[in-house]
Amino acid sequence: MKTDNREILLSVRDLKKHFPITQGIIISKTIGAVHAVDGVSFDIHRGETLGLVGESGCGKSTTGRTILQLYRPTAGSVWYQGKDLAKLKSEELRAMRRQMQMIFQDPYASLNPRMTVGEIIGEPLVIHKLADKKQTQERVEHLLDLVGLNSRFANRFPHEFSGGQRQRIGVARALALQPELIVCDEPISALDVSIQAQVVNLLEDLQKEFGLTYLFIAHDLSMVRHISDRIAVMYLGIIVELTTRDELYENPLHPYTQALLSAVPIPDPVVEEKRQRIVLEGDVPSPVNPPSGCRFRTRCPLAIDICSVEKPEFREVKPDHFVACHVVN
Amino acid sequence: MTKPVTLDDKDFGAGGEPISQKGESLWQDSLRRLVRNRAAVIGGSIILILLIGALFANSIAPYPFAEQTLVDQNKVPQWILNMFPTMKPYAQLSSDYLLGADYVGRDLFSRILFGARVSLTVAFIGPIISLIIGVTYGSISGYFGGKLDNLMMRIVDVLYAFPSLLFIILLLAFFRSTFARPDPGSFTYGISQLDAATGGLLFIFIGIGLTAWETMARLTRGQVLSVREKEYIEAARTLGARDTRIMFKHILPNVVGPLVVAETLAIPGYISTEAFLSFIGIGVNPPTPSWGSMISDGAQVIRTYPNQAVFPALALAITMFAFNFLGDGLRDALDPRLRGTQ
Repeated sequence: MKTDNREILLSVRDLKKHFPITQGIIISKTIGAVHAVDGVSFDIHRGETLGLVGESGCGKSTTGRTILQLYRPTAGSVWYQGKDLAKLKSEELRAMRRQMQMIFQDPYASLNPRMTVGEIIGEPLVIHKLADKKQTQERVEHLLDLVGLNSRFANRFPHEFSGGQRQRIGVARALALQPELIVCDEPISALDVSIQAQVVNLLEDLQKEFGLTYLFIAHDLSMVRHISDRIAVMYLGIIVELTTRDELYENPLHPYTQALLSAVPIPDPVVEEKRQRIVLEGDVPSPVNPPSGCRFRTRCPLAIDICSVEKPEFREVKPDHFVACHVVN
Repeated sequence: MTKPVTLDDKDFGAGGEPISQKGESLWQDSLRRLVRNRAAVIGGSIILILLIGALFANSIAPYPFAEQTLVDQNKVPQWILNMFPTMKPYAQLSSDYLLGADYVGRDLFSRILFGARVSLTVAFIGPIISLIIGVTYGSISGYFGGKLDNLMMRIVDVLYAFPSLLFIILLLAFFRSTFARPDPGSFTYGISQLDAATGGLLFIFIGIGLTAWETMARLTRGQVLSVREKEYIEAARTLGARDTRIMFKHILPNVVGPLVVAETLAIPGYISTEAFLSFIGIGVNPPTPSWGSMISDGAQVIRTYPNQAVFPALALAITMFAFNFLGDGLRDALDPRLRGTQ
């Protein structure tokens, strides 16, 4: 653990986000809901990087967005500085947004094509009326410098930059308000492999310099291992396992985590040859109608009778090691 | 701390070319592509010439548009006689009139020039009215979505089901009878005075405005719906931007392109609507010249003096072509898929 002080920056408790499915054109009625996030709880400590992994559609992005209140949660709470963000009025929330920022997945879609880079990075300062014109310009130049871009390019437009450069612009925008927490929503998965390392190194450098806290959402297990202090594994809207990085990779307890980790290729042909893969049967069930009891039981090699009846409790089996499974003791 | 990694590609852009300091916005890029489109430039030039002609009609036109010289009625110059030889047995010659004189001896060329004022006014006011109403309506509907969107769009559907030309004719008849003989000093009197001052154009504008915004509202709504889901809108929300800022700074600049194209391509429709109304006699008030009413007058004598119908019709056709060319050019120039080509 890099962090010795275990001050809790943000607490998520039983967070749920359901998207209603409606039918009918004029008189629409709700006929069901996508249980995108269905009761997740975790803490983020100040200065750490919490990795959030899981396969596509398991609700990791939705979790990040619901924490930032881009989607208002269906139920549950997000505690930050003694306040429940889920209950804040929009004006209070606007003020709170200065503390929490986001880096988006697609650097081609997350920058307004009609604004110059300077306007994009300076916008947060304008919105919160933090600086006059000259100060904004100075700050923009400083931020561009900070993320490794030439500060003379403030008058250029996003389409004139490459993917990696655009992502740096996105990082600079997120930093403009000097936030405490940054939700990184798969910030590198849209980039070339050669550029990914640059952006990740940049994020790490910035974390060291400003004491930032990251919620790092990704599906690339090796990248998450590299950057995270603790890792949460999501499956179908819930967190199945949450522990420190080394513990997770060396001693995964949940059968889903074990299967997930066994899918990571090892860059050594001899070891790779002997590697035993746990191959899961079937597909991820629909989040509209998730299985009863344990979400994972339909594909779990270890499933027993109780799994279909009772939801497994998310409990601390070892210090700092939380698992939601009936079989693990 | 150590400075973040210095990049090799720091000074280079997406295509690997060095990034210069001055940025080129998408608008500048589009403009560059527009001026390389020959048809659009020709269309634009014709519109510009017409605009100058209409603005300075008073000094360019050889005669006032209402000046009648009864002894000169239906006189034509020599070159028109050569063009329409069937007129030779009965046409009277006069070199005073460039395109001939009409049935009460008014100069056709001067009237066409003044007629351009009416058509061009419609061409510019029509889009302004339909944009103001349509974009406001459509963006509210698209941005807030949900039940409000549903309700607002059903209203548009109902209005859309009306045949618009019939609707305009009804409106004109209604307005003209309502504001026919009002008491001096009242609001209705003011309106009718304004209408008389514009030569009857005011009610035409209202008629066009009340029907043309529906298409614009639908288009705007669709565009707003698609842009609203973009990540940069979410980014703006994360930064704490309010709805008005998101609307005016992030959504509208990204939807105006298709709206401008659609509006430019709709201009010929407005021009022909006005011409049609004037043709059937419920458009501008005489003696204000409009190409529609001139064609109508000329149609009466099309077998004997074809020049009286042909030239206003030609003016109308050329103007509509010009706006179509410009609209096509704009569509090509603003299409983001073509960015960086040519």
